Amino acid sequence: MSAARHVVVIFAHPNPSISKAQKALYKAIHSMAGVEIRDLYQLYPDFYINVKAEQEALRKADLIIFQHPIYWYSTPALLKEWQDAVLEQGFAYGPGGVALKGKDFLQVISSGGLESAYHRQGSNRFLLPELLRPFEATAWLCGLHYHKPFAIQGIASISEQQLAREAEKYRLMLQNYLEQGRASLQILDTTHQGFAP
Amino acid sequence: MTDSTLLFMVILFGVALLSVPVTARLGLGSVIGYLIGGVLVGPEVLGFVSNPEKILHLAEFGVVLLLFLIGLELNPKRLWKLRRSIFGMGLLQLTLTALLVGLGLKLLGWSLEESVVAGMGIAMSSTAIAMQITGERGLRNHPVGQNGFSILLFQDIAVVPVLLVASLFKPETASSGLNLVSILTAIAAILAIIIAGRYLTRPVFRWIAGARIRELSIAFSLLIVVGISFVMVKVGLSMALGAFLAGVILAESEYRHELEANIEPFKGLLLGLFFLAVGMSIKLQLLIEHPLRILAFVCALLFIKTLVIYSVSWIFGIKDRDKLLLGLLLSQGGEFAFVLFSQSIQDGVLKPEVADLLNGVVSLSMLTTPLLLLAYDRWAAVRCIADQKPEADAIPDDKHPVIIAGFGRVGQIVARLLHLNKISTTVIDHSPEHIDSVRRFGSKAYYGDASQLNLLEAAGLSDAKLLVIAMDDRETVTQLAETVRKHYPTLPILVRAYDRTHVHELFDKGIEHMERETFGSALGMGRKALQLMGIHPYQAHRSALRFEAYDLEVLHRLHPYRGDEKQFISKTREAREQLEKLFAEDEQTLKSDTQGWD
Repeated sequence: MSAARHVVVIFAHPNPSISKAQKALYKAIHSMAGVEIRDLYQLYPDFYINVKAEQEALRKADLIIFQHPIYWYSTPALLKEWQDAVLEQGFAYGPGGVALKGKDFLQVISSGGLESAYHRQGSNRFLLPELLRPFEATAWLCGLHYHKPFAIQGIASISEQQLAREAEKYRLMLQNYLEQGRASLQILDTTHQGFAP
Repeated sequence: MTDSTLLFMVILFGVALLSVPVTARLGLGSVIGYLIGGVLVGPEVLGFVSNPEKILHLAEFGVVLLLFLIGLELNPKRLWKLRRSIFGMGLLQLTLTALLVGLGLKLLGWSLEESVVAGMGIAMSSTAIAMQITGERGLRNHPVGQNGFSILLFQDIAVVPVLLVASLFKPETASSGLNLVSILTAIAAILAIIIAGRYLTRPVFRWIAGARIRELSIAFSLLIVVGISFVMVKVGLSMALGAFLAGVILAESEYRHELEANIEPFKGLLLGLFFLAVGMSIKLQLLIEHPLRILAFVCALLFIKTLVIYSVSWIFGIKDRDKLLLGLLLSQGGEFAFVLFSQSIQDGVLKPEVADLLNGVVSLSMLTTPLLLLAYDRWAAVRCIADQKPEADAIPDDKHPVIIAGFGRVGQIVARLLHLNKISTTVIDHSPEHIDSVRRFGSKAYYGDASQLNLLEAAGLSDAKLLVIAMDDRETVTQLAETVRKHYPTLPILVRAYDRTHVHELFDKGIEHMERETFGSALGMGRKALQLMGIHPYQAHRSALRFEAYDLEVLHRLHPYRGDEKQFISKTREAREQLEKLFAEDEQTLKSDTQGWD
């Protein structure tokens, strides 16, 4: 990777002004040099995605981040549409589809439920990494390095100070990545253990 | 004002109101309506009017106003671009026609001076008729309209030399016309008009605007044109030419639109009067006495003029059918012929009965132009289809599933979208330039009035899967939708609706598919306004969609109450209140979102 690293954040929130966590995370990184935020709901309010432009942005990235709240164990609808439209055969996978090969991939997510809810006995029944399997699989097929997600959980009960700390942690993580590259992220091991926020 | 003057005006306005709408409805345009009206009230049929020459003289001022308005649309730069067609096509047309006609008459045994004067008079075409038709057909900026205008403009410029040549035949004084002083005064007059137009109108307009009395500005606009005409007549030039010049000079002033708006109604009325007067002066008596002779003359006139213009157009590289269209557009004799012939009677060059014959031929030829153009439309429609044949072979299914009636701003977008999705269309429009552009994309195109059921049927309505009515005239749209619904009850019809009430009207006729012509863009603008006010684009999008859905729901819900005015109003109010409630709920829903989703 070249010295000047580039981070592309694919940001999906239908109405950020009403979000506590995502607004805080967004604010923490939005003016960083070397970080490009693609606010999908702002760019494509009628769900018609400019595939070429998105692919160009991805080509330039060293690290691709999906930053979004967890809605029904997945992304907001537009990010799913984005995956379907942008990660084309011949670009992201399949014959000649090597555009993303070797890049880093990270999910930055927020969810209402506490981590304890994501357990066999919890209200969500599955562990978060289990629920995020489709993304891990997607990353694998595209040749992306899937890293341990950065997750803020239990937003309903989180305090302002905690939120501010998390946001700062996020910013520092990106700062480190820009300076040191992959070493600053944790590549998820294959044992699929649960992870702490 | 005496009773008879009032009665006279009642008759003129009345006949115009009776005959013009009829011919306009029949697709013949307004000109022929006025002409026929004129014939009816003229001295030879009902005899309401005895001396049409006087009216003609007054109404010629309509032509002057027309040229002034045309001048306003042509600033010097655009006029300069037309120089080749004005002095090339115009000169060639005028001399060739005059030579051919003169030669023909000489061979028929007319005297030299009669042949020359008649040739020059016949060579002129009618600016009033040609430009009126050009305007009605929307051809002003089309090559046909522009070249036609150039030729007419040259004819106006040529008025002076033509009158001069005609006066050379005056028995007594052989060379009174040509002297240095009159040429110099003419040039001085033109310079004065240019300078006054440039530097005088603006301060006067500003001064008048200060008084804030609207009719003053109208009076001043008229004064400009009348004043110029007066000066031009005094120095022996054509009034129309002077007015045109003034128009060109004022085309770049900021009062251009004001002038246009002020003059337009006068032009319309006076031109109408002019056509009425031409109709009145048609010598039916002469036609009855020598029907074959007159008809032969009219046919010869039309043939020679069309042929000359067609050839000139060919030399100047005008394409395909436009040559013939231009030829027919200018095939008639013009109002200037009347002036020339009456002067020649006074000069003793023409005998009155010869002038009568010529006048009769010229005015009859004016009557034919709308008819010839109608015939041309039919022919062009057939040719359009014929031209289409070889291209159609490439498309396996010759029967196009979609017919689009009306190919303006709405129809074009619909057709393009269909074309992109490989659905072939048949397009019908009354504007030839639209048609050519569609045909290039492998669509079938018919040229003609799309509101005629038989034309739609010729275009394959019975095999169509969808009819799109995209014309802009509300009445025509409703009528066509109703007729087609009656004859083809199972064919889906998609209609361009004007507004909400039009939607209700269409519901009544059993039409289900329609789109209000401005609703989509208004919604889009509303959405943009929301965004510019800082609302998140996605929320603005949803808001617009929700508004649209609700608006449609209300439209359907209110439809049954439309007949009952009171009920309708209370239902409308109820609907508005519901809309407000819905928006309030929307806000509430978004607020409650915070609790569930973050």
